[in-house]
Amino acid sequence: MQKLLLLGDEAIAQAAIDAGLSGVYAYPGTPSTEITEYIQNNKIAEQRGIHSEWSTNEKTAMESALGMSYAGKRTMVCMKHVGLNVAADTFMNAAITGANGGLLMVVADDPSMHSSQNEQDSRYFADFALIPVFEPSNQQEAYDMIYSGFSFSEKYQTPVMIRITTRMAHSRAAVATKPMIEQNQISLPGDLRQFVLLPSIARRNYKQLISKQDIFEDASEISTFNSYFEGSDKSIGIIACGIAFNYFAENFEVGEIPYSYVKVAQYPIPKKLIQQLYASCDKILILEEGYPLIEKFIKGFHSDPKIIGRLDGTLPRDGELNPNLVGKALGKKLITQETVSTFVVQRPPALCPGCGHIDVFNALNEVLAAYSPGRVFSDIGCYTLAALPPLNAINSCVDMGASITMAKGASDAGLQPAVAFIGDSTFTHSGMTGLLDCVYEKTPITIIISDNATTGMTGGQSSHAENRLFQICEGLGVEKEHIRTFNPLKKNHAEAVQIIKEELEYHGVSVIIPQRECVRTLERTHKAK
Amino acid sequence: MKTDIILAGVGGQGILSIAAVIGSAALTKNLNIKQSEVHGMSQRGGEVYSHLRISDQTIASDLIPLGGADLIIAVEPLESLRYLTYLKPEAWLIANSKSFINITNYPDEEKIFEEIRRYKNHILIDAEDIAKKIKTARSSNMVMVGAAAPFMNLTVEELENGIRSIFESKGEEIVSINIESFRKGRDFSLTNR
Repeated sequence: MQKLLLLGDEAIAQAAIDAGLSGVYAYPGTPSTEITEYIQNNKIAEQRGIHSEWSTNEKTAMESALGMSYAGKRTMVCMKHVGLNVAADTFMNAAITGANGGLLMVVADDPSMHSSQNEQDSRYFADFALIPVFEPSNQQEAYDMIYSGFSFSEKYQTPVMIRITTRMAHSRAAVATKPMIEQNQISLPGDLRQFVLLPSIARRNYKQLISKQDIFEDASEISTFNSYFEGSDKSIGIIACGIAFNYFAENFEVGEIPYSYVKVAQYPIPKKLIQQLYASCDKILILEEGYPLIEKFIKGFHSDPKIIGRLDGTLPRDGELNPNLVGKALGKKLITQETVSTFVVQRPPALCPGCGHIDVFNALNEVLAAYSPGRVFSDIGCYTLAALPPLNAINSCVDMGASITMAKGASDAGLQPAVAFIGDSTFTHSGMTGLLDCVYEKTPITIIISDNATTGMTGGQSSHAENRLFQICEGLGVEKEHIRTFNPLKKNHAEAVQIIKEELEYHGVSVIIPQRECVRTLERTHKAK
Repeated sequence: MKTDIILAGVGGQGILSIAAVIGSAALTKNLNIKQSEVHGMSQRGGEVYSHLRISDQTIASDLIPLGGADLIIAVEPLESLRYLTYLKPEAWLIANSKSFINITNYPDEEKIFEEIRRYKNHILIDAEDIAKKIKTARSSNMVMVGAAAPFMNLTVEELENGIRSIFESKGEEIVSINIESFRKGRDFSLTNR
């Protein structure tokens, strides 16, 4: 047994390698990115030939993982919470096909929206799909859950969700590893039509999935990841899920928790454990990182006053928990002597000095000054930071690819010119289909694909656009003379302004592709030399 | 024995190298560690912090509670003031005086220094200046580790071994520059505490 100091993300990756993983599939997204990167940089993973190349988006990633599971091998697909929205079609239907080789779906939620546009709780998705969830409370548990999760998935022939949150993903602790397991051989499902979701087969599979629910629940009741603790003080009982358990434990000296509690780290919800707690305590405080999912189930239609948590204001309804919020809910007094002076201003993130996006926005802002404001639909990436001063250059950021299609809708509504601003990696992730819509209808629209040849915001992963953007746009049917490129440097400002001006005036589909490598990746390549 | 440290700085300043050195020193003593980091959007020049917890007992939370930290090590003066509510009574504030100005409304520096000095247990050190005198500004984070060294439950030897293990892949010269930086930072704290 070896002990390693690992991030939660890395513990997941190491466990998967040790447990006989044959392939990981993912698109980068904070806070999940480091899982795949760890496998990409791991020598043993390389020797074992484990697939770890990035996918175009979360949907293609999940479909590939499902294919590998079909072939009988152990596979893992990783994404951030909003990535699961992209992969939702596959996710919901994979629950119906079931798994063959162990299939783990790791979803990293971002409560408090440190690097995200919402804080949706993926446990709802798992409940929706009727599949089990493991939610580790510490790095060792993250390792153990992945390590045993593959055989769990194979035993019950089901995909399994591993749900983590930002603090689990990005916190480091010592992790004891287990012996390395051989990879599975190719072995197709016994029923070669198991994955054919024709209505007649889907109905049968769905009934099977429903009949497995009691089995999943029994597994939760006896799971070593879930536990019941009998305390001496029955005034309040605590249900603590995942990492929220740590914030609860932090409020007491080691081994001196006076209250009864149920620690939940495996779902479906272990009903019997919770019923036992409910029956023996005066009040029940529910600690969940994310939405009040368990709380809502238990509180129910009758708004049971015995249940307290996020819904009654004992805890905030939104944002992540911490030891102090939980302490307050337990009636503990907060002791801090210091205050932070009012002049300590926020320091928001910003585009890096020398970043090519800045030059593109400077040119765009100059040209758009001639029009009324509010015409730039943007997307998910570093360039979203252009919403802040000094650039103040964009008017929307919703989901991957929405820049093009929202600009299309606005153009359809008569807002012309309408501009879409998207990066190269986001464009290949989810922008190409929207562009095809525009081409099909000859929508008056100007699309700027600011190409820095990388997936920048998540740390410079490879981009599937690979200098092929011109050909991709041409292939999708954009007129060649309206695909314009330039190098976004200060000295080329006049050229950039001219190109943008001309294309804004064109009544049809224009694509402008400013191309200059990300300063961060460039710096890294130089350092490596 | 328990030490809870908040590391603070601006995205790109490399506060995680400080965490790595202290963490490595603690590991060789077989202590428990939890270290929460900030990855993602804030790394683009925003405020970043890390919670580093070291203990001979089980550590529950990945986050340090308010009023629970023994030490703030800040590689930037404005950032040193952002997390004061985390400090325990009698805790130490170790701040680099070299500012990183990437916002237009950066407060008056003298006002910042005054606020740091108002806090009784503080060390205000020009880590960059000390590092430059040794070689280049790059080792200023190890000056900061040195400046914090007298206030941690780790010995000089343990911390120097930590530096060695983190930098040894980069060659002996880099190791010795960083160890010298560490020593100069520590000397500063011992004479100015």
